[in-house]
Amino acid sequence: MNTIKKYAGILWILLGPAAIYYLIRTASEEIAKKPVLDTKIQWIVFVVIFIPIAIGIMIFGWYAFKREYEHLPESSAEIED
Amino acid sequence: MILASSVGTLIEWYDFYIFGSLATVIANQFFPKTNPTAALLSTLATFAAGFIVRPFGALVFGRLGDLIGRKYTFLLTLIIMGGSTFAIGLIPSYEKIGVAAPIIILVLRLLQGLALGGEYGGAATYVAEHAPADRRGYFTSWIQTTATLGLFLSLGIILITRHSLDSDRAKSIAEFNDWGWRIPFLISIVLVGVSIYIRLKMKESPLFAKLKTEGKTSVNPLKESFAHKGNLKMVLLALFGATMGQGVVWYTGQFYAQSFIENVCKIDFEQSRTILIWAILFATPFFVVFGKWSDKVGRKWIMLAGMFLAIITYRPLFSKLLSIADTESKREFTMLKEINTKLAPISNTGNSIRTVTSTRHFDEGVKLIEVKTDTLYAQPGKVSVKADIKTSKLLDDENYRWMIIIVFVMVLYVTMVYGPIAAFLVEMFPTKIRYTSMSLPYHIGNGVFGGLTPFIATLLTTIYTDDKLVGLYYPIIIAAVCLVIGALYVSNKFHPSVND
Repeated sequence: MNTIKKYAGILWILLGPAAIYYLIRTASEEIAKKPVLDTKIQWIVFVVIFIPIAIGIMIFGWYAFKREYEHLPESSAEIED
Repeated sequence: MILASSVGTLIEWYDFYIFGSLATVIANQFFPKTNPTAALLSTLATFAAGFIVRPFGALVFGRLGDLIGRKYTFLLTLIIMGGSTFAIGLIPSYEKIGVAAPIIILVLRLLQGLALGGEYGGAATYVAEHAPADRRGYFTSWIQTTATLGLFLSLGIILITRHSLDSDRAKSIAEFNDWGWRIPFLISIVLVGVSIYIRLKMKESPLFAKLKTEGKTSVNPLKESFAHKGNLKMVLLALFGATMGQGVVWYTGQFYAQSFIENVCKIDFEQSRTILIWAILFATPFFVVFGKWSDKVGRKWIMLAGMFLAIITYRPLFSKLLSIADTESKREFTMLKEINTKLAPISNTGNSIRTVTSTRHFDEGVKLIEVKTDTLYAQPGKVSVKADIKTSKLLDDENYRWMIIIVFVMVLYVTMVYGPIAAFLVEMFPTKIRYTSMSLPYHIGNGVFGGLTPFIATLLTTIYTDDKLVGLYYPIIIAAVCLVIGALYVSNKFHPSVND
């Protein structure tokens, strides 16, 4: 199980850039299709919100790959690093 | 203690939802489409309040809650939410004060989002920190009912107000759209007043009070929550392994389903709302059932089972909704077709507003009602440029009950993923940074992933027009990723040191 957790981390790392690419590509296509202010705001909000989340899943993947989730903390002392 | 905390949280959800439920009426009063600035502010009010400001509220009030205490922080969020809601009910319309009206509404809506971002983490933390270790799921599940009951209350008050303003139903609805929509906002001040009184009587969380006495509270909760790897990895796990999937299942079951029934199935305004009201009413006790059960079997597998069921059944369930409302494949009883025409003179012009209502009857008791409104000019040869046509369908009792059952099943999934999540989040983080740490993944999961579900799902149907169910791919994919992450990385064991 720990090996699966570790290598699944690569998948989560790759999911980040894939999501960013898909988001920006769709946003550009939709804005080009209907270049009104509403469409622009809507897609800018989506891009601005989801890019940090995509980076978050890459960090999550990195931690998974580094085997950080093999043992989850069981006390506050373990969290205070 | 549970009741005292839950009432305040319920009122906050009520306040937040009435704006959403009355969005169309509010748009007519404050955001006229003819004014581009007002239209821009409308878009910002819709998107910013739910998706940007809520996570900020989580950070601002979460930090405050870990620094000064849970009690005063969620008292503050209640005052901000109640004050903003009451004020929305008092703002003069765009016609009276121009662009100032939508600007004030936007500011008040942002305050609502901010307050909501701070409320939930405080209430869940407060209740969990009072609960016995083996009953945390049960105690916090009462907090989990508040979001759904808040929606129930908002829909109920809106429908009652809509029908109580005049004995003539049409006049009552017209008056509601004109000024009566303010009543649900104004009522809030009474509800909030009672909640504030109750919360003032409450004592600080015993665990936080103990930390404070010992001088062990966090000096910088934001830094400790998100800059320390040990805690950051748990925040990320909470988001990607639990709240992200829980958020989309919640918003699909309670919001996208209703929007789908009204806008895609074209079911009548009131039937589409009462279907949701009945489904919520029957499903709400299951928040407590699953919360309590999670004390025995753990939180993880109940939540993941809810996500799994949602992933495999959303398409057939929504497909059934479509087939119930479908009139194209049903036999029409043409002999029963009714057409009524009404003319309402427009004063001093000689012209009239013509309303033609046609009612068509189909197999299985479905009625298709088309209301066509145009202007009938006195001047010969002059015709309306474009008639306004509104279509809705009315279901017979049996199909109405079927829709309630389908939505009930979807809300049942909501109770599975949402019932145990407060206890799950509380047990992931230590007392001194719990409010901050659990609030952010909760509000990103629910505010961003969940809150965007109706928009993204609807957007997908405008991009890929061939499939009316294409919008479901968004919640299905997000829930599937969350299910895999949750199954692989989340522990089913209770955090033994929640009291440290």
